[in-house]
Amino acid sequence: MAALLSLGACGRGESTAEPATGEGGPAFGDTLVEAAIGDISGLIPNITSDSASHDIGNLIYSNLIRTDKSLRLEGELAERWEISRDELTITFHLRKGVKWHDGEELTAHDVDFTYRYMIDPKTPTAYAEPFRQVRRAEVVDRYTYRVTYEKPYAPALLSWGIWILPRHILEATWQAGVDLRTTRQNRHPVGTGPYLFREWRTGEKIVLEANPDYFEGRPYLNRVVYRIIPDQSTIFLELKARNIDRAGLTPIQYRRQTDYSAFRSAFNRYRYLANGYAYLGFNLLDPRFADKRVRQAMAYAIDKHEIIEGVLLGLGQAAAGPYKPGTWWYHPDVKPYPFDPARAKALLAEAGWKPTQRDGILERDGKPFSFTLRTNQGNLVRQQTAEIIQRRLGAVGIDVKIHIVEWAAFINTFIRKRDFEALILGWGLGNDPDQYDLWHSSKTGPDELNHISYKNPRVDELLEAGRRTFEEARRKAIYGELQEIMAEEQPVVFLYVPETLPVVSSRVRGIEPAPAGISYNFIKWYVPANLQRYTR
Amino acid sequence: MLRYIARLGIISTLQMLAITILAFTVIHLAPGEPIVLQQDLQARATGAQRESLRQLFELDKPLYVQYWRWVNRLARLDLGRSFSPDGRPVWDKIRERIPITLSLNLAEICLIYLLAVPLGVFAAVRRHSFFDRLTTVFVFIGFATPDFWLALLLMILFGIQLGWLPISGLRSLNWEYLGLAAQVRDVASHLVLPIFIGAFGGLAGLSRFMRGSLLEVIRQDYIRTAQAKGLPEHVVLYKHALRNAILPIVTLLGLSLPGLIGGSVIVETIFAIPGMGQLAVQSVFARDYPVVMGLLAIGSGLTLLGNRLADVCYGIVDPRIRVARRSE
Repeated sequence: MAALLSLGACGRGESTAEPATGEGGPAFGDTLVEAAIGDISGLIPNITSDSASHDIGNLIYSNLIRTDKSLRLEGELAERWEISRDELTITFHLRKGVKWHDGEELTAHDVDFTYRYMIDPKTPTAYAEPFRQVRRAEVVDRYTYRVTYEKPYAPALLSWGIWILPRHILEATWQAGVDLRTTRQNRHPVGTGPYLFREWRTGEKIVLEANPDYFEGRPYLNRVVYRIIPDQSTIFLELKARNIDRAGLTPIQYRRQTDYSAFRSAFNRYRYLANGYAYLGFNLLDPRFADKRVRQAMAYAIDKHEIIEGVLLGLGQAAAGPYKPGTWWYHPDVKPYPFDPARAKALLAEAGWKPTQRDGILERDGKPFSFTLRTNQGNLVRQQTAEIIQRRLGAVGIDVKIHIVEWAAFINTFIRKRDFEALILGWGLGNDPDQYDLWHSSKTGPDELNHISYKNPRVDELLEAGRRTFEEARRKAIYGELQEIMAEEQPVVFLYVPETLPVVSSRVRGIEPAPAGISYNFIKWYVPANLQRYTR
Repeated sequence: MLRYIARLGIISTLQMLAITILAFTVIHLAPGEPIVLQQDLQARATGAQRESLRQLFELDKPLYVQYWRWVNRLARLDLGRSFSPDGRPVWDKIRERIPITLSLNLAEICLIYLLAVPLGVFAAVRRHSFFDRLTTVFVFIGFATPDFWLALLLMILFGIQLGWLPISGLRSLNWEYLGLAAQVRDVASHLVLPIFIGAFGGLAGLSRFMRGSLLEVIRQDYIRTAQAKGLPEHVVLYKHALRNAILPIVTLLGLSLPGLIGGSVIVETIFAIPGMGQLAVQSVFARDYPVVMGLLAIGSGLTLLGNRLADVCYGIVDPRIRVARRSE
């Protein structure tokens, strides 16, 4: 699935000597400099939700379980785990001898502390839900931890991909009622991960250093520096000047601004599907959109390929449903709606929307079909998508106005209050097919994620059933049916799955693109000794 | 004199209250509530704890109660805690950024005044000369050029093409390992472009202002008198004319005091300098009310102070004002 596009490995006499073939093998040393668009919000990732602090958290902390290169579960701190016959109980067996960065040993008590912290109502976390499903949690012995669920709960395993926090540092403070955000751990964390925390200069940089005692072996790259650069074009200039070793490109940068030989010899560019999708959502409480035919009509009226070609410059795929293509739960026979304006018009006519002589806008009961499409400011791709949709829907007689709203106002004024007609947004997905929170009819409260107010009894049943078994074949069938229903129903118009476009300095070796992306084997990345750039 | 100071104090306090009430209301009028800044909704994250956060931040209380508490804290010089996930005290967040922005702006202002005053004077003295025309052209270019665009061009030229200067940031990655002299040189080279960009627009404006002010003064009767009594031209110009012409410039200097810690959003963002401007923008977008109000309180306090200082400076440069105040 992941395509490695350009490998401009051979050096072209630039200022620094670039790779000649036949250089040395894996070597320790060098620094990898990355850019983050905003400062991180803290170093206890369990209570943050920005992606930069999660990326850094992943290097400092470890999880019980993680996903491997092909997105299958594998043990990290847990050596192995067992699921009981009734699928209610999971027993984790921890690796022995894993040390916190301060030398203490990690035990099941740390896992238990993390669990208790997650379910505390005072903990400001967005990831508490799966842990609230636990009925009983027990430390069996120093290296064994057992959780029992009320009902079988398939997303449980993945939820133990939570960052395990050090009990010996935090427990007493937490018991005393101190908000952990104000503790030293949030600025100077102690973890068990491959990198030690070294320094965080607010708004400037975060520096991590290889953990020589990491339980999977010392990472090759000696240091990782995250430079905070709040401007996208500055990041790009720093990248071109080779002061940054790793960054993500926009489609236009990928296609038009980095496709020259000097850049291609200095960097390797990668592209693979992102784990998420963009959609055109409707407020289904609005009777116009509650009619399935209207939604289907819009899916036919919009040319997804035109959006992908025009806005993403071809760096994406048309979305057929709410899952990323290539995952084991993806239903390959469900196809995206083809572009068919005639079909769209027929469906709208069937739903009672008739053309009038005037401006060509459809009417029903004397009211023109007109709505406002909202999306957030600062996302050019979404804004341009909105404009293309506006034109295509205009062509079938639907009048669309576009309203671009600043993000905080967008979320609080329009989405939370359900005060919108239509919107363009994207979902970032997890590595489990469970999407209970997005589509279940019980999840329509103001702060819940089913903000389009989708209600379908069969979908509810499937979402519940999908959570209640760990068996892959059964889950595949359940989520397969879910995808068929969603394709028919079009609760939202699924637009596209964008591609992630990372670049990494070509002096870095050991990168093996896989369905999981490139970061999964970060500790195996290395710079051959003769190419190392930062010697201190 | 004491009465005068007391009156100034009371007026300033009232003004301060009025400003903060207005600001507090306006900020809360803007749609949206504190959130984490991110563009994608995460399917994994559920927001169930929002109500408890509202209570924690006291957003469920009426606005006047919130304001009252804020003022109470302010009276004890406590700006509260940030709403952002780090929950740090607002003063800490502001304090660590003040030195950066302050030194950047001081350097900028020095550069502006050092260059703009002579530029303006020469342009006024040699009115309609080639030099005057040249500065006029320069000034219009300065006014018309968007900072961010010029910044990017210079970054490409000096950072990428020539490689003479670093592109962004405050210091190099190996800064800790450098000797003192090298450290100073490193920071200085990082600041060349930001200071130049920051000064560029201001330079244009101020030199124009200086020129206009001097031209205005030269037309006055007392200058003609000075010339008539046979004083050498340079005495007329630099003693009689310039001292009067520089008055409005001094006012501007006083007014630029709050700007000293205000920080330029564009310069700080584009050059990745962690100063006050960045903090202000981020907290506005994240609706981090305590930080926004903290910045506002400091900014408006300094504006008021700057005005008073300008008054005093007037007295120093212009004896007439001093006398008028004394006879009050």
